[in-house]
Amino acid sequence: MSEASLFNAFYTVLKRDLTLAYRTRTEMVNPMLFFIIVISLFPLAVSPDPKVLQSLAPGVIWVAALLATLLSLDSMFRSDFDDGALEQMLLSVHPVSVIVLGKVLAHWMVTGIPLLILSPLLAVLLHMPSDSIPALMTTLALGGPILSLVGAIGVALTVGLRRGGVLLSLLILPLYIPVLIFAANAVSNAAAGLAIAGQLYFLGALLALALTLAPVATAAALRISLR
Amino acid sequence: MPLTNTLLTQFHMPQTNTQKPESALTVTGLTCIRDDRTLFKGLGFSLQPGQALQIEGPNGSGKTTILRILCGLTLPTEGEVLWNNLPIEENRTDYMAAMDFIGHAHGIKKELTPLENLQVAMAMANTHAAQSIEGVLEQVGLRGFEDVPAITLSAGQCRRVALGRLLLSKSLLWILDEPFTALDVQGQAQIESMLVNHVEQGGMVILTSHHPLALKDGMLKTINLRP
Repeated sequence: MSEASLFNAFYTVLKRDLTLAYRTRTEMVNPMLFFIIVISLFPLAVSPDPKVLQSLAPGVIWVAALLATLLSLDSMFRSDFDDGALEQMLLSVHPVSVIVLGKVLAHWMVTGIPLLILSPLLAVLLHMPSDSIPALMTTLALGGPILSLVGAIGVALTVGLRRGGVLLSLLILPLYIPVLIFAANAVSNAAAGLAIAGQLYFLGALLALALTLAPVATAAALRISLR
Repeated sequence: MPLTNTLLTQFHMPQTNTQKPESALTVTGLTCIRDDRTLFKGLGFSLQPGQALQIEGPNGSGKTTILRILCGLTLPTEGEVLWNNLPIEENRTDYMAAMDFIGHAHGIKKELTPLENLQVAMAMANTHAAQSIEGVLEQVGLRGFEDVPAITLSAGQCRRVALGRLLLSKSLLWILDEPFTALDVQGQAQIESMLVNHVEQGGMVILTSHHPLALKDGMLKTINLRP
């Protein structure tokens, strides 16, 4: 099989999923609204004091991003499973992992990138020092794809179940903990004026690991789910 | 030149196929047990180019399960499916290039147009069709519906799009689950002549249906599943 046709398959899946997301864009807005609303609840519930909010901000934004991603994960394979398109993907001549990678990239572009773009605005809302905003965006840029990649494994495992929502959270949230620790810690350190290179290297390493292993694991999980 | 293409052209020439008897599907000792209920036991048959196999049986007798096993989507409890004398798991790329499956859920995305649906199917199958997608859509009676979302089409029209996939690909083996569902009388006749044509040109068809196929003796095999 030539590389060109493999890339063509990847590109076609990516384009297909982006078109589908565009045509059902009301669903696409939900995670973004969730992200904004959850974060804007904190000043109301905890305290409007800038000092308190400043210390909470990195954790709050990251937990909200994580939950918003979790909320959007189920749509990654659900409709394809219901209408039989997933079967056709498994029966493609191309490796399923390449098709999965195209779908995950589309998911990240549709949910991860909007969160990345919204984050500076919400950082200002929580009185984060402006020096730490680039750090926040870097961690979201590195960590966001990990959330989509690892999430895909969980969704692939639960797609065959009628009510897989809670099980999905139980499966996936523990795997998100390392990302959350390194990312939130990097943003806190940046706010305190400390070095963050170490945390970013860890996030980069986790991304490399997820990018290489998650598509293969997802493909295997999909095969099991469709049996 | 992609390897699969050369293979496909080989598969599509009946002369070469008859000289090479190994280009066939062989099934041995297929047993499937679901929830302590034996669906079928010790099922075996072989299918050569230029032959069709019709699987009959009452509802719930395991017709769809057989087809899914033949595609490699479901694993049998016992037994093997061989393509060119190799188990299909070991021969996946060749088998996927030579086989096309249309299940009960036919995998047509409601949000995409028939044209876009077939473009995706072509990239998945990695084929370069002899005729244009527009030509295929006209052939299945969907002229003028190329650019409307499939959600506005009727169930029968969606099925026609799915069956159009068979005309685009150059697969040797078609595995079809109830291909005549939702089609009108004229559509049924059209699909039937499509199947008969394919078999007469050295193709292979496996289908579940109660619709009698107008094939000469020796070209049609029948399996009847009794519970």
